[in-house]
Parts: sequence; C-alpha cells; structure tokens
Amino acid sequence: MSEYRLEMRDVVKTFPGVKALNHAQLKLRPGTVHALMGENGAGKSTLMKCMFGIYHMDEGEVVYEGQKVQIKGPLDALNRGIAMVHQELQPIPERSIGENIYVGRYPTKRVGPFVTVDHEKMYQDAAVVLKEVHLNYDPKAKLGTLSVSQMQLVEIAKAVSADCKVLILDEPTSSLTAAEVEALFTIVNELRQKGVSIVYISHKMDEILRISDEVTIMRDGQYIGTWDAKGLTTDFIITKMVGRELSNLYPPRSNVPGEVVFEVEDFTSINPKSFRHASFQVRKGEILGVAGLVGAQRTELMEGLFGLRCHSAGRITYKGKELKINQPKQAIDSGIAMLTEDRRATGILGVLSIADNVSIASLNQYLIGGFMLDDGKIEQLVRDNVAKLSIKTPSSKTLIQSLSGGNQQKVLISRWLANNPDVFILDEPTRGIDVGAKYEIYCIIAELAKQGKSVIMISSEMSELIGMSDRIMVMCDGRVTGFIDGKEANQENIMALATQFE
Amino acid sequence: MENRKITTKTVKNFLSNNAIIILILCLAIFVGFVADNFWKPANFKNLIINMSPRFIIACGVSGCLITKGTDLSAGRQVGLSACLAAMMLQSVDYAARALPWMPDIPWPVALVLVVLIMCVFGAINGCVIAFLKVPPFIATLGMQTIVYGLCSVITGNDPLGGFKSSYSQVALGALGPIPYLAIFAVLVGVYMLFLYNKTRHGKYMYAIGGNENAAQVAGVNVPATIIRIYVLASILYAVAGFLVGAKAGGASTATGLGYELEAIAACTIGGVSTNGGVGKVGGILIGVMVFEVLKICLQFLRVDPAYTFIAQGLVIIVAVALDLRKYLAKK
Repeated sequence: MSEYRLEMRDVVKTFPGVKALNHAQLKLRPGTVHALMGENGAGKSTLMKCMFGIYHMDEGEVVYEGQKVQIKGPLDALNRGIAMVHQELQPIPERSIGENIYVGRYPTKRVGPFVTVDHEKMYQDAAVVLKEVHLNYDPKAKLGTLSVSQMQLVEIAKAVSADCKVLILDEPTSSLTAAEVEALFTIVNELRQKGVSIVYISHKMDEILRISDEVTIMRDGQYIGTWDAKGLTTDFIITKMVGRELSNLYPPRSNVPGEVVFEVEDFTSINPKSFRHASFQVRKGEILGVAGLVGAQRTELMEGLFGLRCHSAGRITYKGKELKINQPKQAIDSGIAMLTEDRRATGILGVLSIADNVSIASLNQYLIGGFMLDDGKIEQLVRDNVAKLSIKTPSSKTLIQSLSGGNQQKVLISRWLANNPDVFILDEPTRGIDVGAKYEIYCIIAELAKQGKSVIMISSEMSELIGMSDRIMVMCDGRVTGFIDGKEANQENIMALATQFE
Repeated sequence: MENRKITTKTVKNFLSNNAIIILILCLAIFVGFVADNFWKPANFKNLIINMSPRFIIACGVSGCLITKGTDLSAGRQVGLSACLAAMMLQSVDYAARALPWMPDIPWPVALVLVVLIMCVFGAINGCVIAFLKVPPFIATLGMQTIVYGLCSVITGNDPLGGFKSSYSQVALGALGPIPYLAIFAVLVGVYMLFLYNKTRHGKYMYAIGGNENAAQVAGVNVPATIIRIYVLASILYAVAGFLVGAKAGGASTATGLGYELEAIAACTIGGVSTNGGVGKVGGILIGVMVFEVLKICLQFLRVDPAYTFIAQGLVIIVAVALDLRKYLAKK
C-alpha cells in the first residue's frame, strides 16, 4: 500500500472552448485535511467533480488505496467511500432528512415477494449519523425546515453514513456565520482523527492556514505545487495562485468621478430574507465595487434594480428623474445595462451566432421601414465591436458557445455597448475567465468609467474589488453595512463590514 | 475562416445528422426501381398536393418547437377550421346545409373569418403558456380536447359536404402546371423565411428558444413573443384546415386527426431541435417532403396502412433521438 489514500495523476478535461484541467494532480494522505486552492476558474471544482465521477476526465488516472480505479458516477464514488459536499447544495427540501441522507441507496427489506424501503432502519441509522455531526434534529423532519448550515451538516452526515474515507468539502463556509464555522471545524477535526482524508476547498486564507495539513495550489487548470501548511504565508499562497506580482494585475485608471447621477433609496425586496432598505449613490465615471459574503444578497439587489426580481419599496433615480423598473425592458430603456452572474444560464444565447448575441438587445436600431432588419448594419456593428474589444472569433456567424469564457463575456459587453447605456451593472464580470482575459476585461471596465459611465461591480474576489473600485459598498445579509474608499480598502475592513450580522 | 476540410469525422457527422433523410431517399430510389409508376409526373403532383397543407401546419408548429414548446392542438385546430370553412361554403342549393341561414359568401371572406376565429385559440394557448406558465405540452393537450369537443358540438357530429364549386376549386385548380395548393404553401414559406430571418420577432423567437432567461435579461418581451408565436400557428392551421377541407371535398370531426404529430415529426426530421433555438424553414420543407415520400413509398410497396402507422411512429421517435444525441455528446 502506498502512502497516499488517493492520487489523481495527469488529469485533462476539456469543455467546449476551455481547457478546464491541464495535467492537474492531487495526492491525498489518510487522516489529513488537504486544502485545494486557486482563483475562480482555476479548476478546483472541476477536478473534484472528476474525482467524484460527475465529469469523466479526458486523460489521466485515479489511484485509490493502491489500485487504479475508474469512477463511473457519484453513486459508484459513494460506494467506494468518496463523498462530496457541493458548494451549491442539492437538497430535496420536500422530503425528510433521513430520506435525503439515504436517497439512492435506501436500506431495504423483504415483505413477501416485494422489496421495500426499510423506513425504520433508515431513520434509526439517520439518527446515529446526525448525532455524529452534532445536529439535534428529528430525521423525519422535512429537510426544507433546516437552515443552510444545517443542510450542509446533513450533507456531511450523508458522507459519514457512507463510511467515507475521502470527503470533499467545496467552499463549505461560504454561507456560514463564525459560530457555525467553529462547529464545522470541530466535526472536520473529529473526522480527521478517524482517519478520513478531507479535501478542503476555500478562498479564506485564515481558515486554510488554521485547519489544513497540506496545501495544493492550482492555476488555469494546471498543478502548481503542494506544500506543508505549516510555515506557509498568505502572501506566498496568493503569489502562487495568481502567478505574477499583484501590482500588474490591474490596469492604471484615469477616470474622474463626477457628480452623483444614479441614486437608489430604501430599496426593499418582496422577500423578507432578501435585500432590504438598500440605499446608495453612484457618480458619473465612478466604479462602485460591491463586496459581501455568499448570501449577502448582492446579486439579488442588482437583479432587483434591473427588474429581474420584484421589489416592494424603494426609489431609483437617474439624473434626478425617478425610474419605474419592473422588468428588464424598462431598465434597458432607462439606460441601464447588466452583465449577469451566471453567463451560461442568463447571459449567452448558446446556440445562436455572435451576430445574434450582440444585436439582440438593440434590434430596434437596425430597422428598414420599421419592420425589416438591416443585416448590413448588424454586420457592421458586430465587426466594430469584434475589433474594438478584440474578440477572438473565426467569424460573426460562429456560435457563441464555442468561444472561451473571456470572449463570451466580451460579446455580452458588446451587446450592451450597442445600446449606449449610462449605468453598467457587472455581476462577477471575470468569473470563469482565465487570467490573461481578465486583464482585458479590467481594461474595458476602466475605459467605460473613463468615458463617464457609472459602473457597479459585484465581485467575490477581494483583490479585484480593491484593485478596481473607486469606492466599495459592503453588504451583509440583505443590508448595506457600509462604504469604504477604494484607496483605504483592505481585506480586514471589508470583512468586518461583511460579517456585521444583526 | 471556418474549417471546410472533409474528414472521416465530418462525413460521419453528416451521415448521423441526416440519417433519416438519407435512409428515406434510399428507400425512394429503391421503390423507384421496383414500382412502375413511381417516377411519373402524376405521382409527383400528388406529392406536392399532399405536402402543401402539411408544410403550412409544420410552419405553424415550428415556432412552438423552436421556443422549446409544442402544439398538440394543431391537428384538431386544422379539423375545426375545415369544419368552419365547410359550414360557411356549402352550396346554397345543397339540401342538408348545416347553417341554412348562411348567405352565399365568396371563399376569401370565409377564409378570413376562419382565420379570425382560430386566432382566439392561438391567443388562449399563448396566454396560458406565457402567463400561467402551464407547460406547452399540457396546455395544448387540453386545448386539443377542447377544440375537438367544440367541433363535435357545432357539427353535431355530422359530416359536412356539398361544397360550392368555387371552394372545391381552391384545392383542385391550378395555375398552369402549378396547383393552387402549392401556391398557398409557397406564399406561406416565403412569409416564414422573411419572418424568421429578417424581423425582430424571428430573432426574439430564436433567442427565447436558445435561452429564455438570457433573452429576458436582454430585454426581450418573452410573453408577447410567445403569444404571437401561438397565434401565428393557429392562423396557419386555419389556412391549412381551409385547404384540407377543400381538397377532401368534405369535413368532419375526424378531419386533421394526428396532423400535429406528422408536423412535429417533419420539423424534427428537418432539423428543428426539440432542445430549442434551432430550425430553418428550408429544413421544415425537407422534413415534410421526406415524411410524405415515406408514406408514398409504403403505399407503392403495398404495405398495409395499419403498418404504415407503425413505421411513421418509429420514424418520429428515431428522429428525436438522433436530434437529442447531438446535444448529449456535448456534455
């Protein structure tokens, strides 16, 4: 038997337009917590999904307990003792806790000729594993009645019930309070003492340095290295993650914020758990960063302003004129543009061409006689934008889904530029984009501000916010908790406001 | 520039993407050799006449399919349209007129009236799908039954006949060598080409099919577009029903039975994806033609009509399976 419980060697995984993993590797020792680090889009989650059998890797091998194995799917992984707690939980809220733990592998019993689910055994076993994760709850209760952190514990209980030897935790603390994080760490420590190998994915440096034994760093789908966690510094990790000096990450900015043009007052969602009483102002030519933890309702607030979500109260004014926004069309007509967080789900029109994707929001401008589209004008628009934003594409007829993430994002920016809006809301504009293309996106954002556009930028990358914003607005649990000047902002003062729970 | 090299892979892709079309064309060539009259002009004219109303119906359904919907009420709407047209256009001297008070109206007026009446059903379909968010499959299945019931009520389940000759002539006549039916189909085809490729409505339709949420974010009025699509579909069913009635020389509650499935099959064979966002008018035409060629081939091979249904059903399933395979491969 080798010294490793599980090894992933030379893993390659390609998605249309992106090489997500390029000879990545990971070596897990028994009874350790192994931190997996890298920027968004570095390939951490993809690598874990390969280990858990959700993705099939194009190349590479997995050696588990000294044997080469092929993991066919999540159930196969669970049967082998590999369990994963996903970043986005996948609960079945209408079923009981016990059923959620045992879904897909219910204990059974024979009743005459029939095989049925053994509910009694299921709930007894569930009670035992719930105790192990310190969750005092009736296993017969509906899962939907639990909080997010409790649901996460149920997921861990699921892993424990499978008697797992490898447990993957993908950003487990992103929506937890400080007390809940402590409780989670206690459980992680107990599992480690039992000999479980834990893969711990997180962006929070202090957590990593506190809980992990080893650290593996990835960048752009590639393996950078593995180090003993003792003696590592935050600076060292960031340099390895980013791959170059921090000072060159962001373009110089020459925008000069002018007078206040865009104003939001007391904006409140119809959902009491979402954004409430949000008030802020954006100046002409200003980049306003928006910081907050997952669950801070930043996206929800911005989607509310753009008319994608309903609000129950609040005023939006642009240059002193009140705007009525109940659907995106009204926001667009008022001169607001929005790049949504999830490019695939709410941004690109995948099976359509680049030309269609660029022109869809501004078709009214290219009409002949009020009803017929002028293909020549549209082609001209696309060609201008492809040149201006240096979009790398074979032709304007190419389907957008075959482009890389960065180029897709540029196409979406072109879509809005065609409308010449005054306010840009950018929700995680560089998510899933490789490092080189990120810089180009930053240049575009800086240029927009220089031209006098007001830019609102949500980002979960602290360094990006600090490097790009004139001012940073911080949110916590649906409320705006404060503003920090871009020059004075640092990780500490942002986190202090971002964790100001009521 | 795009890569145009011919490799084994591109040939393989072409074959699997067009498998059904190729198979059925091979069948046609085979039948051409074994049967005598297959390549005769009369058979060709028969093909064109059969294709025309079906192409119009398929054009209607295509918009629903491109936006990831469907319209199972298509066939029954065609039937109701045929019955409505029949009731308006029976000869004044025909003894068993369904509506004895009906004045003698010219057929274009009747066509317009039928279209206007059928718009209501399309608007209801569209509103139920766009606003009440009922899945199109269920909404139009319900509408299918409603329309059938209405058709039974207004006709009293009696078949309608005794059309005036000007109405029958719409289907039977020809302009030189071109049957009037084909002219209707060509006009619809040209209109659809224009609508799908040159108008905002077309672009919005493809956008909604490609990604409804993204279309909404881009400012597309999704409900309005969907309602327009279902209303247009009903207009086309009305035209098709009008022609089907004229062609058959009679109409009854059984008219149009199963036409929706033929139309959906033709669209799918012609490359309209059930995954949404993809589909061309030219493809629909090919799909309709291939499906009709299949039927004619089976007739010429003297296959029992009962078996013909089995063959058609299989073709529908295989066509959709092949279509979805293209998307599965990408995961």
